[in-house]
Amino acid sequence: MIRAENVSKAYGDTLVVDGVSLELPAGGITSIIGPNGAGKSTFLSMVSRLLKMSAGSVTVDGMDVTKTPSDELARRLSILRQDNHIAARLTVRDLVAFGRFPHSKGRNTKADKKIIDQSIDYLNLSDLSNRFLDELSGGQRQRAFVAMVLCQDTDYVLLDEPLNNLDMKHAMSMMKILRRAADELGKTVVLVLHDINFASWYSDYIVAMRDGRICHKGRVKEIMNQSVLAEIYDMDITVHEIGGRRVSLFYE
Amino acid sequence: MADTGVQRTRRVFRRPPGSRRVPLSPPQVLAILALLAFAAILAFMTVGARGSWDFILPFRGTKIWAMVVVGYAIALSTVLFQTITANRILTPSIMGFDALYALIQTIIVFMFGGFAFATLDPQLRFVIEVAAMVFFSTLLFRWLFSGAPRSLHLLVLVGIVFGVFFRSLSGLMQRLINPNDFAILQDALFASFNTVDPTLLLVATLAVAGVSIAALRMLPTLDVLTLGREQAINLGVDHKRTVTAILMMVSILVSVSTALVGPVTFFGLLVANLAYLLIRSHKHALIVPAAALISVICLVGGQVVLERVFGYNSALSIIIEFVGGLVFLVILLRGNVR
Repeated sequence: MIRAENVSKAYGDTLVVDGVSLELPAGGITSIIGPNGAGKSTFLSMVSRLLKMSAGSVTVDGMDVTKTPSDELARRLSILRQDNHIAARLTVRDLVAFGRFPHSKGRNTKADKKIIDQSIDYLNLSDLSNRFLDELSGGQRQRAFVAMVLCQDTDYVLLDEPLNNLDMKHAMSMMKILRRAADELGKTVVLVLHDINFASWYSDYIVAMRDGRICHKGRVKEIMNQSVLAEIYDMDITVHEIGGRRVSLFYE
Repeated sequence: MADTGVQRTRRVFRRPPGSRRVPLSPPQVLAILALLAFAAILAFMTVGARGSWDFILPFRGTKIWAMVVVGYAIALSTVLFQTITANRILTPSIMGFDALYALIQTIIVFMFGGFAFATLDPQLRFVIEVAAMVFFSTLLFRWLFSGAPRSLHLLVLVGIVFGVFFRSLSGLMQRLINPNDFAILQDALFASFNTVDPTLLLVATLAVAGVSIAALRMLPTLDVLTLGREQAINLGVDHKRTVTAILMMVSILVSVSTALVGPVTFFGLLVANLAYLLIRSHKHALIVPAAALISVICLVGGQVVLERVFGYNSALSIIIEFVGGLVFLVILLRGNVR
């Protein structure tokens, strides 16, 4: 379980995240939604120790993320942010293999190599495994990074806008892969998403943020209704139920 | 494997059949570089050797030793620095080391005169120079790293500002001293492998060896640092501590090499980028030896050319800066550096 208590981030006088307390249960997919500037990515960065908190604390399975040795956390929790620029020339396999670093410290055994192969397979990258990252399309590169994070084999997988720059087909297959990872591998997946329909279709829980605070949280059905969405986004959003699932329309 | 077909078609597509060549594997590249380095050393030791070998071997051996130590130190420091700053254009010189070195020498000449500078005990001068540079860098890093986490850009910026400051200060003092002192000073500011003191060499070698052992133990971590700060943290690297340690190592390496033979910091850019170009791998276990070998080839080979072709009528750093500048421009224009 990830537990955040009174987490805040201030830049000067501006509070970007304002006293967020949240419990993310183990298992399933949780999506964090909300308008631009709501503090979603900042919150995720603090949970994953990439960014220092101004106040508050975060524990992962009872371990304080600011005090636990970084390599111990790296075996429990992984984080993938949006733009991943790499100066070196790496192949897909090189990149995915880095996922084993917290476990092997750079000396990959046969068992590690097997996990690397599985992760590459899991994201359908076998054909591309010897290609260099700078020769791939944005969507393929994104998949390579997700493969690395899966290869890290952590209970908690945090992804900041994993659908960014993906077309419909790749966005859908990415969400399916994450859903499978949650169901088959028992991962706890936490996503920052902008497309609320993807959040509705694939998540178990939704956390909505606005102005640095959590304004709603709950199961998909509790969040995906007209009045709640209107409050989060400050606009009219109609919600339809199709085949037992909720889809929103917000195009005019 | 299914991917070989994709690979092959791509290669054929990208290279016209006539110019097609198979890229060498990193071990092959290393073997060729080692051969070239050996050839350069052999040429340096034997070409134009007249007279007693009892004199030539120790005399030239000392020079070779200095060139290998300095070349290796520059190569390692540049690669380490570029790894932690995740770029391939900046070098430690951007932190203002060469400028500080020049300033320290200028201050000595300014305060005690050219005669005192030229006659000062070389060991003492060396210790002062290394101590001053390490002190400066420690001060700079401790101040920088107690602040916000992403301060490497700030560090680089501060380095530029310090560099300009030190250069201006040296420039001012160089205008104030008399022409004789200035001539002595200018001579000292160009790298020279003819004036290395063997006693300094031993200390320098020990320092460089110590740093190398530390770097060797960090090799896998260095590879991870290539991924950038966030991925390094995600993979469990204590980023701040590792980067601070590496910056200290870099500062020792640069101090030692600069104090030994003067500022040749542009050289690091040349050898590091050539190493990346030839090795085509992210593994520091391959890149560092390649950069070191290229470094030795350039320095020793350059010295042979300098002594035999130009008849000592030039300083090695001039040739290095000229060739390095050309190669750097070519790399930039080809767009291989991001």
